[in-house]
Amino acid sequence: MPQVISANRLIDGLLVFLDRAGSWVEPFQSAAVYDDKGELELALAKAQQDVGANKVVDVAAFEVKSKSGILSAVTMRDIIRTRGPSVRPDHGKQAQFS
Amino acid sequence: MYRYDEFDAQFVHERVEQFRDQVARRLTGELNEDQFRIHRLMNGLYLQLHAYMLRIAIPYGTLSSKQMRKLAEIARRYDKSYGHFTTRQNLQLNWPALKDVPDILAELASVEMHAIQTSGNCIRNVTADHFAGAAADEFEDPRPYAEILRQWSSIHPEFSFLPRKFKIAVTGATSDRAAIQVHDIGLQLLRNDKGELGFAVYVGGGQGRTPMVAKKIRDFLPVADLLAYCEAIVRVYNLEGRRDNKYKARIKILVHEKGLEAMRTAVEAEFAERNDQRLRLPQSEIDRIHAYFAPPDVKPRPAQSKAFETRLSADAKFAAFVNSNVSAHKVPGYGIVTISLKPIGKIPGDATSDQMDVVAHLAEHYGHDEIRVSHEQNLVMPYVALDDIPHVYDELAKHDLACANAGQISDIISCPGMDYCSLATARSIPVAQRISQHFGDGDRAHAIGPLKIKISGCINACGHHHVGHIGILGLERKGVETYQITLGGSADETCSVGDITGPGFSYEDVVGAVNTVVETYMGLRKDSAEDFLSAYRRLGMAPFKAALYEKNPGADI
Repeated sequence: MPQVISANRLIDGLLVFLDRAGSWVEPFQSAAVYDDKGELELALAKAQQDVGANKVVDVAAFEVKSKSGILSAVTMRDIIRTRGPSVRPDHGKQAQFS
Repeated sequence: MYRYDEFDAQFVHERVEQFRDQVARRLTGELNEDQFRIHRLMNGLYLQLHAYMLRIAIPYGTLSSKQMRKLAEIARRYDKSYGHFTTRQNLQLNWPALKDVPDILAELASVEMHAIQTSGNCIRNVTADHFAGAAADEFEDPRPYAEILRQWSSIHPEFSFLPRKFKIAVTGATSDRAAIQVHDIGLQLLRNDKGELGFAVYVGGGQGRTPMVAKKIRDFLPVADLLAYCEAIVRVYNLEGRRDNKYKARIKILVHEKGLEAMRTAVEAEFAERNDQRLRLPQSEIDRIHAYFAPPDVKPRPAQSKAFETRLSADAKFAAFVNSNVSAHKVPGYGIVTISLKPIGKIPGDATSDQMDVVAHLAEHYGHDEIRVSHEQNLVMPYVALDDIPHVYDELAKHDLACANAGQISDIISCPGMDYCSLATARSIPVAQRISQHFGDGDRAHAIGPLKIKISGCINACGHHHVGHIGILGLERKGVETYQITLGGSADETCSVGDITGPGFSYEDVVGAVNTVVETYMGLRKDSAEDFLSAYRRLGMAPFKAALYEKNPGADI
């Protein structure tokens, strides 16, 4: 299944995603999607360098689905991470980017 | 209230500056995350699903209006204008930026507050009865002893790296509102046959994945020996507690594996060997701390208030509020007002900055400047004249703070669950919201009577599900949330761990399952005076299990 790489930005802790340019971005829909395992591992290695560079912490890859170009997370935990608290639609990415 | 002396103030101020330096070094990369994590955790700063989370200590759940206003201001300025009051009598902010945390801690220090030891394997914020100093059934205020324990345990060099976290709770009333028997050490103030003040000491209680009711290790401990005896307990634990397995590292496992008698022998030996007067509490010091907790100047008033009684007979909503949210006070003419942070369908324990300001204002003008945070995630005004309660109620009602549900089915404890917490395996808040909406706070809820539902979103049990009359534990099975139900738990003086009903229920079905349990109780109770817990203890699991599974074969997932 395709995957996206996430981390928390060191300075404020907010969830960010690695994009195609290798930058950390806040909108989930801007995340790079990795279908290829080798490509994912290379990107994870790059992401880990940013941990060493004190830009982000807690790098992780997680599974996503794509339908009509719209990305969505698969597990409930990742759905909540990529949207924000389900009980506070006024906060998190769901409030910022929808 | 306790006021910082020069040592407290200097200590907290120095800690803020130390952390400011640590954060600066982290941001420049001088410290990596592995090096920094211990520092941020020792200052209550976690990294959660969406952002950092700062857990602010509210010692023994006591706040002044000034402190509450500062919490509101911090939430407004540095966070998203709300906070979450927890089962540890703390306040959690869900969105602080790391770069701002030193300034937040400096703001807290300005009102004699901090976030020290709200995380880490140390002695955590000491908790106490939220009605302390005011309850009609109290014979001694536990807070002076909680404060003495706080001072002793703050950056205690020997106990800063215990096998696991360590929680102490104290009560001085006959009703245990502090859940002392599910703490690592539980202290019950009492008097012996000679009239001397002391503690019954319980040890090895806890929840998490291995729930245990604490065992009584000492029938009577003179108050002067409080620190020496607690030190003996924690020293035995520090030396003998397991460090090989995080899940078996709490003192409850040591007490269980060692056995109570052997534990008692070890603690008493340590106590006898080390009790060299160094930690013996001088009466003058007890008196000095006591003075900080002297009751406010609440002059006894007529036991009956005309304004109160008139409103009571004329306003059914007010009467319902008084019935559930106003408790008996030790001083005639006063009441203890519980401010429910569980409006129907809302997030348990959450309060906005504006609501915090309202409570601060009311406490300042009508509550002798005292506010309490309960482990049941509500706020309390412990000293309100009956004459003033109608006005306080009206003001609370304007701000969605007057829900008449304290102790009732919609007064649900809920951890943040998967909506915020990185440890959670399932959502808990939306389950609480749906149960709350299902039962409401109307006639049916009042007919059901006292019933404590407690929900945790993972096995760590921050939502106290093991001791809920109805407990709900959210788990994950093959990527799907499933909710295990327990019945018959209790955190009071009749403490018990709930029994699991059987297979779990889906997110969609769990509210229906709770409804089935409640309907079964309503159908089988002797009369309306027999509350849920009493009925369960009389009836046992069988009728509830039958109702849940035999009549509802689709429940099992």
